[in-house]
Amino acid sequence: MAIDLPAASRPAHVPFYNNPKVRSVVYQIALCAVVFGLVYGAINNAIENLQRARIASGFGFWNNTAGFDISQTLIEYTSQASTYGRAFWVGLLNTLLVAGLGVVFATILGFVIGIARLSKNWLLAKVASGYVELIRNIPLLLQLLFWYNAVLKTLPDIRDSIIISGGGFLNNRGLFLPQPVFTSGFGMVEIAFILGIVAATAFCIWARKRQMETGQQAPVFLVAFGLVIALPLAVCALAGFPVDFIFPEKARFNINGGIEVLPEFAALLVGLVIYTAAFIAEVVRAGILAVSRGQTEAAYSLGLRPRPTLRLVVVPQAMRVIIPPLTSQYLNLTKNSSLAVAVGYPDLVQVFTGTVLNQTGQAVEVVAVTMAVYLTISLLTSLAMNIYNTRIALVER
Amino acid sequence: MKRVVTTLALAAALGLAASAASAQTLNTVKTRGILNCGANGTLAGFGLPDAQGNWTGLDVDFCRALAAAIFNDPKKVKFVPLSAKDRFTALQSGEVDVLARNTTWTSSRDTSLGLNFTGVNYYDGQGFMVRKALKVNSALELNDASVCVQQGTTTELNLADYFRANKMKLKSVTFATANEALKAYEAGRCDAYTTDASGLFAERLRLANASDNIVLPEVISKEPLGPSVRHGDDQWFDIVKWVHYAMINAEELGITSKTTDEALKSSNPDIRRFVGTEGNYGEQLGLTKEWAVHIVKHVGNYGEVFERNVGQGSPLKITRGLNNLWTKGGLQYAPPIR
Repeated sequence: MAIDLPAASRPAHVPFYNNPKVRSVVYQIALCAVVFGLVYGAINNAIENLQRARIASGFGFWNNTAGFDISQTLIEYTSQASTYGRAFWVGLLNTLLVAGLGVVFATILGFVIGIARLSKNWLLAKVASGYVELIRNIPLLLQLLFWYNAVLKTLPDIRDSIIISGGGFLNNRGLFLPQPVFTSGFGMVEIAFILGIVAATAFCIWARKRQMETGQQAPVFLVAFGLVIALPLAVCALAGFPVDFIFPEKARFNINGGIEVLPEFAALLVGLVIYTAAFIAEVVRAGILAVSRGQTEAAYSLGLRPRPTLRLVVVPQAMRVIIPPLTSQYLNLTKNSSLAVAVGYPDLVQVFTGTVLNQTGQAVEVVAVTMAVYLTISLLTSLAMNIYNTRIALVER
Repeated sequence: MKRVVTTLALAAALGLAASAASAQTLNTVKTRGILNCGANGTLAGFGLPDAQGNWTGLDVDFCRALAAAIFNDPKKVKFVPLSAKDRFTALQSGEVDVLARNTTWTSSRDTSLGLNFTGVNYYDGQGFMVRKALKVNSALELNDASVCVQQGTTTELNLADYFRANKMKLKSVTFATANEALKAYEAGRCDAYTTDASGLFAERLRLANASDNIVLPEVISKEPLGPSVRHGDDQWFDIVKWVHYAMINAEELGITSKTTDEALKSSNPDIRRFVGTEGNYGEQLGLTKEWAVHIVKHVGNYGEVFERNVGQGSPLKITRGLNNLWTKGGLQYAPPIR
């Protein structure tokens, strides 16, 4: 190759403003300056305009008394003593509750449906694909309205409640169940439970080590189950079941006491779980189909039985394909929980961007905080899933 | 979604708007050729479109009167239906020029939301509706009851206050719109439904079995309902305020939509000032000489508007009560035009 030597040394004579590296740095600094300038100008202008229109601004409202009631509170909240800040936390916890439970149930249901779609049983496979096609093609909002208005509201009136044996009630104001209260002596059960977990973990480590050394397998699942579940139950029975129940009781208007599951909560949770499960099912199906048939055949030819093949060969490889889109579904579910406002469930959006915004009139601050909260929840979920993804990702050598 | 859009609009309006003084509402409305009026879209008697899209209601007629005063044409109004929690943002962001949506005048709304209330076009108070079968005769018997309520209203706050003050336990269930709250009450989700008394009468008629429900006698709060405008435009504030006063003065002077022609020939100095045959009171407002005549001719005086929308001429059949003229034992009183 003919290389012109003087040309190779030419860069030394290029003026700095023609140097691509310098140029790109300058452009980026200029772009950042413009963006920051615009944002700064917009914020300043907004503050100035708010002041001119004499609209209250700032976060002074955070510690003011809220004065309104919330139907479901996981932390103590009263209309006369609690602040707008407290109302924010109540709303946030309600959002996290429905999103957390939603993620768990949607994952379970989604995996079941996804695997059912691949089943060799014709009927099961068709029912599962029918479910997916029906559910994921109807807007979530309509489904929520359906569950709330068409299903839960048509339950019997409170005076004709369905009585659940064991002291529960079901009516159009919710599900009322006895609440367990642990009396003295329950500490023993807790200790047994913790001991069980420690022992089970130790057994697992031992069993793995032995398998590495000798190739012999131990009944890990049975032993762990016995230690974690059966042992505390046995201790509980020996201590004479130290648990009392607070039973829900009918008062003049309502049913009081016990555990109360609001229909608004139930409608939102059921709607979110059923909707998201349809998408998760597709993700799971795609993940399993992505593992080539040759992997299974290779496992069989090595003498592995179908179940260990699924557990040790197919699923670990499928998870690599499943996790990234599954993360998106978790994020979607969390964000979709803000549709709570349509069924009157007091989530963050309903309580904070609804009532608090309206009572204080500080739309800019309230909406900014809410957006920041959803962003934080989403980024944290994403981070956790990415860490998990890195752990199970294909290790390339 | 609507909420997010309005809020973004507000943020954009606040963040990007050149900081021009907004004392231009009248000019803006005149140039646009139509008045944007924030109204209730679901409350019979105050603001409700029918199947053909014709709006009726006390607040709706107030906006028509404002349009009549500006354009001599009550049809030059675009009604923007707003939910209770979106209404202030819509006014702040300039989406509407005036908010006439049965809104309670309170000190905090007047001072911290960037808006001014222009008067009281309906004196109201909050009440409760329950099913007759419950055999409740007083709101004080509602201890431990579930109450359906609309979000973002003074109603929501009064409800908590009333139960707290009377040491009663409350289970409130809040909904974004009055429609949803009423539907939930009708389905038996709540024992009681609460809103302003005028609203209770209107909502009761929408129930499938209206006669199975009663409105309890207690009125638990003061709810002076009135139109509001943005801070910072005194001329527009004056106009909206005086449209209301003109309607009351018209009733007091005995001028109705049918008698405006006679009023124009009247020799009574009060009436002559009102109709503009004497003085230039309309021009002082930035309107025409006949501004008040246009209001009464096209829309009517306060009494006519009241009876047509919520009074004896309407299905609601609410008596004038506090909303009668001051000369007849009510609270409606207007400063004189002079």
